[in-house]
Amino acid sequence: MAATKHTLVALVENKPGVLNRMASLFRRRGFNIESIAVGHSEVPHLSRMTIVVDGSTAMVEQVRKQLDKVIDVVRVSDITGDDTVDRELALIKVKATSSTRNEIIEIVDIFRASIVDVASGSLTIEVTGDEDKINSLFNLLRSFGIKEIARTGRIAMTRGASGSLSVEESLSKARNKRQKTA
Amino acid sequence: MKMTGAQIICEGLVREGVEVIFGILGGAVLPLYDTLPQYPQLRHILTRHEQGAAHAAEGYARATGKVGVCMATSGPGATNLVTGIADAYLDSVPLVAITGQVARPFIGKDAFQEIDITGITLPITKHNYVALDVGSLARIVKEAFYLAGSGRPGPVLIDLPRDVQIDQVEFHYPSRVNLPGYKPPLQGHSVQIKKAAKLIDEAERPLIIAGRGVIVSGAYNELKQLAETAQIAVITTLLGISCFPESHILSFGMLGMHGMAYANMAVDAADVIIAIGMRFDDRATAKVSAFAPHARIIHIDIDPAEIGKNVRVDVPIVGDVKAVLSALNKQVISTEHIDWLHQLDDWRKEHPSTVIRGSEELLPQYVIRQIYESTRGQAIIVTGVGQNQMWAAQHYWYNKPNSLISSGGLGTMGFELPAAMGAKVGCPDEIVWCVAGDGGFQMTIQELATIVQEKVAVKIAIINNGYLGMVRQWQELFYGRRYVATPLSGPDFVKIAQAYGLPGLRVTRKEEVAPAIEEAMEYQGPFLIDFMVEPEENVYPMVLPGASLAEVLEEPKGEVAAWPRRSTP
Repeated sequence: MAATKHTLVALVENKPGVLNRMASLFRRRGFNIESIAVGHSEVPHLSRMTIVVDGSTAMVEQVRKQLDKVIDVVRVSDITGDDTVDRELALIKVKATSSTRNEIIEIVDIFRASIVDVASGSLTIEVTGDEDKINSLFNLLRSFGIKEIARTGRIAMTRGASGSLSVEESLSKARNKRQKTA
Repeated sequence: MKMTGAQIICEGLVREGVEVIFGILGGAVLPLYDTLPQYPQLRHILTRHEQGAAHAAEGYARATGKVGVCMATSGPGATNLVTGIADAYLDSVPLVAITGQVARPFIGKDAFQEIDITGITLPITKHNYVALDVGSLARIVKEAFYLAGSGRPGPVLIDLPRDVQIDQVEFHYPSRVNLPGYKPPLQGHSVQIKKAAKLIDEAERPLIIAGRGVIVSGAYNELKQLAETAQIAVITTLLGISCFPESHILSFGMLGMHGMAYANMAVDAADVIIAIGMRFDDRATAKVSAFAPHARIIHIDIDPAEIGKNVRVDVPIVGDVKAVLSALNKQVISTEHIDWLHQLDDWRKEHPSTVIRGSEELLPQYVIRQIYESTRGQAIIVTGVGQNQMWAAQHYWYNKPNSLISSGGLGTMGFELPAAMGAKVGCPDEIVWCVAGDGGFQMTIQELATIVQEKVAVKIAIINNGYLGMVRQWQELFYGRRYVATPLSGPDFVKIAQAYGLPGLRVTRKEEVAPAIEEAMEYQGPFLIDFMVEPEENVYPMVLPGASLAEVLEEPKGEVAAWPRRSTP
């Protein structure tokens, strides 16, 4: 089975140790986390995580199920192949001299990125987009000399009115399930 | 009413129906232990090692189906529980472990006896907590018991800093839990159940493989109904033993590495397998790529992560075994599989697997068989791990529900004595036999002091062959009979027993076996028998590592005993 990149989106309770619990599962199953992004969700006590992993569909499905068993994980979905919006943010510090500065600014404009800091020998660029866009910008800037890069990792959301993993829907699903089985 | 953290814990335990706590105190749980006398309904049993406390709580839980409770202090107390917690995790045993922790201001300072026990037990608990605030304690206790006992059961640990035990708060015990991330599925999906029923109806060579899930959900009658309605042979996993009466005409023993040859052959030939509450452990499946090559598989389990984990499954049904089987039974059509059952019966005649060869030597199998005869199959058998475990699984016939208690997944030597103690405490009216090896017995031998102090009338049979027997068997078969580090010169177990204050007997000859067992049974308290068995006896049948279930190695042909194959009580 071919290993491909999978995007998992998880809704988790914002409790100490939850990241550790999830990371521990990936470690135990021998998975490498490509990126992981965590932030608050629309509900205060819940966080949303986007995890990108490499693996065959069957293996990722096994990990998804194991993650779902973690008590603090409300829900986790593999949204690979769904119609999604994927975004990543990167900060790139690039060497800039008086002779290269204009050229860099042109590239930044083309990518609809922005310059967030200017120093005598460098420019710091903020760029948002999918990974391909960030990689292309990175490749173009490489010839000027990259001093530092920081990337957030992917965050993702399914397109359309009903999110695949909105808090409201996930919670009501959990409630229904409990009622049905009570 | 205001209560201390320690009182809240005790109140919670009482409300959760806890009768007994196995544990050892220490500095970090002193406030909690100081509170225990206020709750006389909570019996505390002081074990001699925390591993014993964890296994005893497991034995109690496995025998009663209730949540077992163990307690230890911080640091080494907590780490000593780890083996027992892992054992409970792998065998889905409901357990709540409460550990003391250093006071909050000392956490993270590498204080005396401080250890990150929640970090350590993270991969071997269903969930764990550090109670950093006395206000959260009641909720934590409520959740811990709910999580441990519901869904697929498992161990839950509560780490309790010393100062939280002293802090006070108004006590409210929650009537229900609010865990949005925890939703054990109970009812199976109706479409899947319909598919399964259809597959069963179409089957020509159907076979049920039943595991511990049947026992956990108490689905004995449902399983029997399914088997009898559709005339399906039932084989079990090691931990599934006693979920279906072994004297039943449809019972065909245990599968796996040391399973009955005919059970393994049945798996190999079946065209539909109904796997119920089991997880396709590698000791059960043998070479997984060659497992049940002709079968379409229906897998019923409460844990969705078990579906498709090890073996491809055609019809998965996620839900509680009892609920799923009741629904399935409504749809399964009454039918017969006469040819197939005859075939299985022929295989059983040709490959009897549990016949004990005629010998004047004291064979370990004979000892087990005699325990069966003397107890009329009415005892709870608690085993160690290794050869003694396999002989106990093979040569005692389990007709009574939930009558075999054994460490399956983790395979923990030393489990037997404390677990037998816990089982006897939980079921004081039952006869409990601890079947031990001389190796494993010495790993938790100190619990003899506990059973004497607490007057726990466990009967102990040491299958003493002077070796770490199962490993020796592997060395004999695969390492040119080089017995590296397997010979044991044990102590005089009879003197050990006497020193601890219980009677002991040594048995060296066959004719002494039955009288010794009778004497042990007649004695009111705990009793130990040291059976000096044939040292190099091997466990057969055996599926060699890497082989498939079909390639089962049987006992080399010798004299066959005139012992009856099976006797029904």
